[in-house]
Amino acid sequence: MDKEKKEEAFYKRLAEKGVTRRDFMKFCTFLTATMGLSASHVSGVAEVFAAPAKRPPVIWLHFAECTGCSEAFLRTMYPWVDELVLEVLSVEYHETIMAAAGHQAEENLQSALKKYDGEFICVCEGAISTKQDGVYGKIGGHTFLEVAKEVCPRAKAVIAIGQCACYGGVQAAAPNPGGYKGVGEALEMKTINIPGCPPNPINIVGTIVNYLLLGKMPSLDTAGRPLFAYGKTVHDQCPRRSHFEMGEFAPSIGSKEAEMGWCLYKLGCRGPMTYNNCPTAKFNDGTSWPVEAGHPCIGCSEPAFWDYMSPFYQPM
Amino acid sequence: MSKRITIDPMTRLEGHLRIEVEVSDGKVVNAWSSGQMFRGIEIILQGRDPRDAHHFVQRSCGVCTYVHSLSSVRAVEDAAGIDIPENAKLVRRLLHGAQFMHDHIVHFYHLHALDWVDVVSALKADPKKTAKLANNVSKAPWGGTAYYKSVQDRLKTFVDSGQLGILKNAYWGHSAYKLPPEANLIASAHYIEALRLQAKTARLHAIFGGKNPHPQSLVVGGVSSVKDLSPDRIAEFQYIWKESQDFVRNVYIPDILAVASFYKDWGGIGGTSNFLAWGDFAQNGKEPDSYLMPRGFIKDRDLENPRQVDTEKVAEHVKRSWYEGSTARHPYEGETKPTPGDYEPDDGKYSWIKAPRYDTESSEVGPLSRVLVAYANGQPQVKKAVEDVLKQLDVPASALFSTLGRTAARGIETLVIGEAMDGWINDLVANVKKGDKKVCQEFEMPDEAMGYGLNDVPRGALGHWIQIKNKKVDRYQYVVPPTWNFGPRCAEGKLGPVEESLIGTPIADPKKPLEVLRTVHSFDPCIACAVHMIDPDSNEVYQVRAT
Repeated sequence: MDKEKKEEAFYKRLAEKGVTRRDFMKFCTFLTATMGLSASHVSGVAEVFAAPAKRPPVIWLHFAECTGCSEAFLRTMYPWVDELVLEVLSVEYHETIMAAAGHQAEENLQSALKKYDGEFICVCEGAISTKQDGVYGKIGGHTFLEVAKEVCPRAKAVIAIGQCACYGGVQAAAPNPGGYKGVGEALEMKTINIPGCPPNPINIVGTIVNYLLLGKMPSLDTAGRPLFAYGKTVHDQCPRRSHFEMGEFAPSIGSKEAEMGWCLYKLGCRGPMTYNNCPTAKFNDGTSWPVEAGHPCIGCSEPAFWDYMSPFYQPM
Repeated sequence: MSKRITIDPMTRLEGHLRIEVEVSDGKVVNAWSSGQMFRGIEIILQGRDPRDAHHFVQRSCGVCTYVHSLSSVRAVEDAAGIDIPENAKLVRRLLHGAQFMHDHIVHFYHLHALDWVDVVSALKADPKKTAKLANNVSKAPWGGTAYYKSVQDRLKTFVDSGQLGILKNAYWGHSAYKLPPEANLIASAHYIEALRLQAKTARLHAIFGGKNPHPQSLVVGGVSSVKDLSPDRIAEFQYIWKESQDFVRNVYIPDILAVASFYKDWGGIGGTSNFLAWGDFAQNGKEPDSYLMPRGFIKDRDLENPRQVDTEKVAEHVKRSWYEGSTARHPYEGETKPTPGDYEPDDGKYSWIKAPRYDTESSEVGPLSRVLVAYANGQPQVKKAVEDVLKQLDVPASALFSTLGRTAARGIETLVIGEAMDGWINDLVANVKKGDKKVCQEFEMPDEAMGYGLNDVPRGALGHWIQIKNKKVDRYQYVVPPTWNFGPRCAEGKLGPVEESLIGTPIADPKKPLEVLRTVHSFDPCIACAVHMIDPDSNEVYQVRAT
């Protein structure tokens, strides 16, 4: 199918779902803005979803994790995940959603590595055990460490999704019984980090679209995080911020003051130390985010937050 | 001659699982289930603030998100003697119901369906006939020849692109696939519809929990989302609940029945013998008396004599797991000395998962156990739903003890729990109308205390136990559904439930063990949380006394 026809079919499908071209462009504008690109890129973003020439190959690896990041990815709306998987990307390997299993699954990984050597995007979810040669986590008889060492260096780019793949995550919290590390640290290589527990799918999709659109990965901070999503603190963007300035602090969780939108700082909120776009992007199609739900931020996109930010209910 | 087949990685599940079966004369004669990862979260919790524990344990699983957080705050509340406010009980119950709804829909359509549905065969379907068939079997709000044609075109474009992605190299064309092309096309279309619906259903968690996965509104003492107890927020919840429950009634249940009607032989494959349920959903707050899904134990498939549950009858074996020792112990008095070693399924150790037994028997947990316990106890909603399904499929009650029964039970309880949620929404409205906005109970953390929280969660019976010393976590232990289902052999050599269920499974092609996938997936494997309790270096001994 040529490009124009594909585009037409794409909009037709959207229309059948009750999504107008206008809604779709609104999403593209939102995504473009989230990525911090100028408005001139909006049509380019739309094109990425509507008519890719060849779907870019993705190999998605699971190590020590809870699959919450994959689940977060499944929650993406406009574009829906079926569009990402069927029309935008070519997901060659993803243990949670792939139809094949066992030998056939392993074959898929090997054939994708061969076919797309140096071309594929590698998405990593989960931490890698490094203690005793990584004996505590295996796939198909190989340790996570062996699998990562085989796959990651051959990727065009490695995107670490979630706190575990970025910085080790919950299993790396003290005393880190399994010697778990983030992918970049375990392999001593540079990764693009999309932390969060789980990260907002808009940031996962935004990073991938950024790559498809501009042919390069977005600019990163010193912790490897894209600046478009992790450039400001939660505190600076928080709707409760004005109460902070006024010295209006909720005295307890669920209190009348918390209901009125007062600041959660004295209940342990880690917003001032945490870089993420939760207050503006929000989760699940803009439904809410933890501070809106009256719970202090626990700082889940900061390196080693499980140790660094806890105990969570004690003020900083 | 017998032949060993290994499936590793098992896919379409959470965690890292290895399944090995021995096949002789076209049938499975032996089976081994092995957990392939450990993380050590219980060790990590030691010395931390008990109020923080639920954040850590929630990260045991992002598929069955929320549930560990729930059992954890309940364990601390039990230890500290906290009675949480009515609003908190209702919000928690609604979040729990939403988790069942979301989790079971995703399991059926995205983790399990491809074991029964041949997507490639759907390309051969006649869209017109498909539309007609769909009208007969489902009350889906979409349909028609044009709709099915567009879905088929979309799949065709995908396949013709030569980039098969997630559909590549599966068992398409396998002789065990029985659906006609038209039914395969309907199911493929519903796979996509359900993929979209689940993103909406997950918003139920975001409304009162801030986000999903890993909602963040539970706290020891109640919930935090006081601002969301507003008329517009509750209405938003009710709206999404209705859309989701309509899908369950009009699409999910009819799809199970339609698919099952082609696979009735699976009503005699994949069964186990004993069934355990802690029960859940206290309708009037009284536990366990008012549980919508009751507590109980069924031995040897005896539905006439459902038994009471005694938690003292739980014992965990380690003889065939990578831990020292061979004595079966009550989990709270047990010791854990890890001995990482080789995979030796024949006579040695072969899994990171321990082998829990109830009253010395291996016991299945999960939807089938809950539905059987409810059915045997005459729970009216479950009894009616079960009888409707048996009647429609024209199969006897004995067909429940099977892979098919397990998959049907998951749908049945989604329907029953989903219907009950409507009442809980109304209860929440009534309570807020009275002017009650209290969501959280203040408390003092005790210096020393112990407590536990039991729940029945989408994959089965879950319990968290905590000991507090100097206001900190001294000991923490959780016994989770996949430990029950996917555990290995015990000291007496009795097989774990999944191992038992695989014996006798017909295998048409040992190179493509599709039939094994069916039964394993019917348990909804979720393995990361099953292995979480050891320290490989210090070989520390854990002892938690029974309460």
